Amino acid sequence: MSTETEVDLTHKVVRDERVKEQNRLQRLLIRPEMGSLVGAIAIFIFFAIVAPPFRSPEALATVLYASSTIGIMACAVALLMIGGEFDLSAGVAVTTSSIAASLISYNLHLNLWAGAGLALVLSLAIGFFNGYLVMKTKIPSFLITLSSFLMLTGINLAVTKLISGQVATPSVSDMQGFDSAQKVFSSSFSVGGVSIRITVLWWLLFTAVATYVLFKTKIGNWIFAVGGDQDSARAVGVPVTAVKIGLFMFVGFCAWFVGMHLLFSFNTVQSGQGVDNAFLYIIAAVIGGCLLTGGYGTAIGAAIGAFIFGMTNQGIVYAGWNPDWFKFFLGAMLLFAVIANNAFRNYAAKR
Amino acid sequence: MTATVDRPVHDAPSGGKVPLVEMKNVGKTYGNIVALHDISLRVHAGEVTGILGDNGAGKSTLIKIISGLHQQTDGELLVDGEPTKFNSPKEALAKGIATVYQNLAVVPLMPVWRNFFLGQELRKTRFPKSLDANAMRATTISELSKMGIDLPDVDVAIGSLSGGQRQCVAIARAVFFGARVLILDEPTAALGVKQSGVVLKYITAAKDAGFGVVFITHNPHHAHMVGNHFVLLNRGRQKLDCTYDEITLDHLTQEMAGGDELEALSHELKR
Repeated sequence: MSTETEVDLTHKVVRDERVKEQNRLQRLLIRPEMGSLVGAIAIFIFFAIVAPPFRSPEALATVLYASSTIGIMACAVALLMIGGEFDLSAGVAVTTSSIAASLISYNLHLNLWAGAGLALVLSLAIGFFNGYLVMKTKIPSFLITLSSFLMLTGINLAVTKLISGQVATPSVSDMQGFDSAQKVFSSSFSVGGVSIRITVLWWLLFTAVATYVLFKTKIGNWIFAVGGDQDSARAVGVPVTAVKIGLFMFVGFCAWFVGMHLLFSFNTVQSGQGVDNAFLYIIAAVIGGCLLTGGYGTAIGAAIGAFIFGMTNQGIVYAGWNPDWFKFFLGAMLLFAVIANNAFRNYAAKR
Repeated sequence: MTATVDRPVHDAPSGGKVPLVEMKNVGKTYGNIVALHDISLRVHAGEVTGILGDNGAGKSTLIKIISGLHQQTDGELLVDGEPTKFNSPKEALAKGIATVYQNLAVVPLMPVWRNFFLGQELRKTRFPKSLDANAMRATTISELSKMGIDLPDVDVAIGSLSGGQRQCVAIARAVFFGARVLILDEPTAALGVKQSGVVLKYITAAKDAGFGVVFITHNPHHAHMVGNHFVLLNRGRQKLDCTYDEITLDHLTQEMAGGDELEALSHELKR
């Protein structure tokens, strides 16, 4: 197919006088992550005022760390949501991955890297399973991944108990490969005397790569298309099934990554953890401007959403409030964020 | 007054050259349902073939055969004079036959230029091979202005364009990616008078530029404005096949509305 086609259709130009041009400011305002950015600044200022310890660089490092473990997953979940699908199993998939790596290496006496490799295969397979079922059965991903969420939750508990006889996996800290793996997944480095966890770097890197892929590559174009209008995308030759399964597998990959972080920072994995984390990832993506209906959003927005989560999570502690209020704040913020995002879009679109 | 125009046995005069697409006595049955029976038509370069028919007349089945979604069960489909059977829309596209469906196959939330190149993105040649956004923007602007749509900002979501403009973007896309024959499925169906005018103007422009256009519609006024010849379908059969010179708008309208039936109806409804 040639893109060189010379078509000469010299014709009078008609303009629709009802379509008004937008200026730069408006264009900035309707960026999906704009609402969350304003929200993040407001929350930062708020906690900086009410919680003096929040202002220290150490506190910022802690906030960034809390944001990063949510943020890495939120990045993948945001991409999936832009592609028009959900993954409710993303939270327990993290636990599944770290349990798998831990139990496989421990019981087969493998190098931890080999266990991690097998866990990666498993995580990708879970992603593939979710994606394949969604595409094959055409049942909404909400239901498919709700099922796999429940199944994985059960497997995590049952298999861990079956193999190790308790609810947590045995410690892997003295096994081969632990030190090098810990360097990659869970080390710290210091900037100006402040110790920062390496997941923060990974989080920023993942977000940057996802942003590049979304806006500067063919695949990114396809992700927006399959989320915006699947049938249209298929009609112009976008491989819809492959793109969506790929997105589910990317969620699997990120779940593996965060799972490895948990394993190598705590040595042991609690089999019941991570159950309601999938909602946090979705919340971060939605606060960051992803539409629930797909086809709209950014990875940067999801990162800001995760940062808001991290600030609230730690800010409440620094402010000396009862942490029981955390969920309430999170809910209130989500409500505020979606209303604000909506208002921003409508306001900017109308001007 | 009865007005049944007998279909000429063959070829309504149209240029004499080999037609880009020709159907000879094509029929299509779905199980025991006869959707099309004995249809013959030609699409020449630089001409508009209007296919008219009421709901259920078989228009959609007809375009599905030409565009490769379905295969005919009887008769022949000829492309450039050679008998052909398309197994998929892709094969039809490879022969330069592009279909613009009613839903246009655009993604409303995406910018115009991303929609224009969706599935056939331009990439830079250097290593990371990222999208060449500027080239795509510029091409989109110039291709659209060639067809009379002035969009200084192709970064707006295509969903915010008017229906006629969206239609034109979809057509421009088909043209740009190498179509010789454009099949337009009711391009004016959901449009107002002015927007229809934009699309009709573009159909004329495409015709003058040498494309073969198949214009499916149930609006005889629109068909008569741009068509070179007309094929009228009724309940899966070809009722009429004539050129522009052979038929007046009134006649076409009456044929379209079912001739006698319309008169009976207007008699019935007389106040």
